Amino acid sequence: MPVQETNHISYQRSFYIEGGNFNYAGIVSTSIKSILKQMDFPSNVVRKCSIVCYESEINVVSYARKGVVNLTINSNTIQIEVIDEGPGIPNIDLAMQEGYSTATQKIREMGFGAGMGLHNIESYSDAFIISSELGKGTRLLMTINIKQ
Amino acid sequence: MNLETIVKELGLEVKCASENLKNDVTGGYTGDLLSDVMANSHEGNIWITRQVHQNIVAVASLKDHAGIILINSCEPTQDTLAKASQEKIPIMVSNLHAFELTGKIYNLLEKKD
Ligand SMILES: Nc1ncnc2c1ncn2[C@@H]1O[C@H](COP(=O)(O)OP(=O)(O)OP(=O)(O)O)[C@@H](O)[C@H]1O
Ligand SMILES: [Mg+2]
Repeated sequence: MPVQETNHISYQRSFYIEGGNFNYAGIVSTSIKSILKQMDFPSNVVRKCSIVCYESEINVVSYARKGVVNLTINSNTIQIEVIDEGPGIPNIDLAMQEGYSTATQKIREMGFGAGMGLHNIESYSDAFIISSELGKGTRLLMTINIKQ
Repeated sequence: MNLETIVKELGLEVKCASENLKNDVTGGYTGDLLSDVMANSHEGNIWITRQVHQNIVAVASLKDHAGIILINSCEPTQDTLAKASQEKIPIMVSNLHAFELTGKIYNLLEKKD
């Protein structure tokens, strides 16, 4: 007889994001949302994951060359890690401020560039880590607790 | 109240996903900044906007919006319509501007709920 497993769920999957291509912007977040819905996570957990994932995906498309999203589901948390290759963020404190944006006119015309993305990521994550290296890229790690 | 009633009452032009007009509307959100809509709108909302680019479909789909209404007779792009049909998000067009359309929908929802 096999050893009885504990209630520990574990799932890991990676997704790729192409910088500069707004035709597919949001597709990774949409896939992640449907995975989480299929796994029957509570709607507020799915909602928080969708917001933080979407905002970081759009930032990679808007500002970086390419990126990867690593989705990891543990028994207590969902982690979304977004790593990009791009210019990096010179001043993270400034970038985190609501209203600060370097979005181009073209990006603003599509409704982005309000300077709210990073702020929203921070407020909808239960834990949030951001680090960046100039000329290399940016890494975000968002953790959402499954029991809210 | 479902979308069908709102479409009839306000004479909206339905552009796609007309099979989903039975969607129940829980409220609405008016805005053109996608991060704002992403953070502050809710499931079942009708989203009122002047944005016509295909990115509106991902936002509406992620937030489980009942549908999108474009104001000022704005025309959705072909890409937007193709994506919205695929995601089953109804897109409707009104000739009213945001203030007037929002007010009318607000009154409809208040009256019937
Ligand atoms: N991955 C990234 N690489 C390089 N710079 C970034 C990255 N993410 C954010 N930034 C910088 O931080 C600023 C603020 O980002 P934030 O997401 O908060 O707002 P925004 O993208 O400008 O507008 P919004 O998200 O409201 O559409 C950006 O304008 C950009 O200068
Ligand atoms: Mg952003």
